[in-house]
Amino acid sequence: MSDVKIVDARGSFCPGPLMELIAALKDASVGEELEVLSTDKGSTDDIPEWIKKVGHTLLSNFEEHGVYHLRIRKAK
Amino acid sequence: MQRIVVVGGGTAGTILANNLARRLHRELQGARVSITLLSASPRHMYQPGLLYVAFGKMAVSDLYVDEDTLLSPGIDFYVDPVEIFDLDHNEVKAKSGTTYGYDYLVICTGSRPALTLVPGLSESAHHIYTEEATVKTREALKDFPGGRIAIVTGVPHKCPMVSLELTFLMYDYFKEREMLDKVSFTYTYPIGRVHSIENVAKWATPEFDRMGVKYETFFNVKEVDGVKRQVHSEEGTVLDYDLLITIPPHKGMEVIEQNKLGSSGWIPTHRTTLAMEGRQNVFVLGDTTNLPISKAGSTAHYEADILGENLASKVTEGVAMRSYEGKVFCFIEAGFDRATYAAFDYKTPPNPRPPTRAIHWFKLAYNKLYWNSVRGLL
Repeated sequence: MSDVKIVDARGSFCPGPLMELIAALKDASVGEELEVLSTDKGSTDDIPEWIKKVGHTLLSNFEEHGVYHLRIRKAK
Repeated sequence: MQRIVVVGGGTAGTILANNLARRLHRELQGARVSITLLSASPRHMYQPGLLYVAFGKMAVSDLYVDEDTLLSPGIDFYVDPVEIFDLDHNEVKAKSGTTYGYDYLVICTGSRPALTLVPGLSESAHHIYTEEATVKTREALKDFPGGRIAIVTGVPHKCPMVSLELTFLMYDYFKEREMLDKVSFTYTYPIGRVHSIENVAKWATPEFDRMGVKYETFFNVKEVDGVKRQVHSEEGTVLDYDLLITIPPHKGMEVIEQNKLGSSGWIPTHRTTLAMEGRQNVFVLGDTTNLPISKAGSTAHYEADILGENLASKVTEGVAMRSYEGKVFCFIEAGFDRATYAAFDYKTPPNPRPPTRAIHWFKLAYNKLYWNSVRGLL
C-alpha cells in the first residue's frame, strides 16, 4: 500500500482546508493519495465540490472524534 | 556556551533575535550564550509597504531600514546567507565559507513569489511582491488607458488579505482618476467564495456587488496566454483581460529545497512547539513553516514571541513552557481611507467588523511603528 500524504488542516481558518489541499496537490504525483484532516464542517462540502470540478477522485469522506477526514487521489 | 543561530533576518528572525537578547542579556554578558543572526541582506524590508508603493502612497526608500540598526547589542549579525544545512552535525555553512555550529537553530528564511509555476504568468502578469515588481505595477496602473482588469489569485501565497486589498485600492485609484466608467474588474479566487476566511468573504462579496466588481470563484490558474490575453483555469474556464494583476503561487526559499528540508521550500513544523518535525533543536518560524495558517507578518511576530520565551527558558531552566496557538492578526485595507482587520487562532474564527477610518489610520501608524515593533520596543 503506498504512503498517503496527510494534509493536517485542523484549526485552519486561513488559508483553510481546501486551499491547503490545492497547494498540496501541486506537489503530489498523479495517482498519489492525500488525506485532509479538517475541523471545519464546510470542507466536507466544498472539498468534494472542487474535486469533482477539477476531475480528481474522492475516495472517502468521514468524521471521527470531531475531525473530518477526506481522502483524495490525484487523477491528473 | 550555548549557541543560538538564527537563519533569516526578516520579521521573525529580527524579532526573535531581539527577544532572546533581552531575555538572555545576563547570559550574553557572561559569554554563556551567543546569538548569531545570518541574513542574505544588510537591509530589512517592510513587506506590507510594497502594496502602498504600487499606488504611489509610499516611496521605495521607505521600505527599507538597515538591519543592524534594528538589533540589540549582543547579537552577532552577519550578511552571510546559509547554503548548506547539516542538521545531523548541528552546523550550517554559509556563502563566506564560514561554518556556524549551533546548539539551537531557528530557520526563518521566508517565502518568495514563484510565477514560473504557472506557464505564461511571469511574462504577462503584474504583482506587488518585490520592489521591482511593485514599481512595474505602479507604472502599469499609471499608464493604463482603460479596459478589463483581472485580479487572479494562486495558492499558496503570503499576505492573505492582499487579493481583496488590491481590488479595493485599484477601485479607489481609478475612482480618483474619474476612470471608473473606463475600467472593469474581474476578481478570481481558488475556492468557492471570494476569500479563504468565511466571515471576510461574507463581508467582501456585497462590497464587490456594490462596486460592480465581477468575481469568479473556484478558479485555479492553469496557464496564461499572453498573446490572446487570456487566463485559463484548471476548472476549464477562460478569462479575458487587458491588465493582469496576480497574487501568484509562492514557494519557500530555494536553499530550503536544495537542502531537502521541505517540499516546495516549506519545512514540516510542529503546530505548537514550532520545532522542525523530527528535530529537537531546530525550530521554524514565519512563512517557512508548512503550518496551515496565514503566511503573514503577524504570524511570524507571534511565533517569534513564543519561541523567544521558550528558547530562553530552555537555556536558563532546561524547559519550554509556551505553546503557539495559531494567533494571526491581519489588517484589511478596504479603500484609500478605510480598513478593518481579522484576528484569529487555531480555535477562534475571525469576525471582521465593517471598515472604519480609524482602523485605516491605525494601519498607517503601524506602517511606521513596525520598526519599533521588530526592535522589541513595542
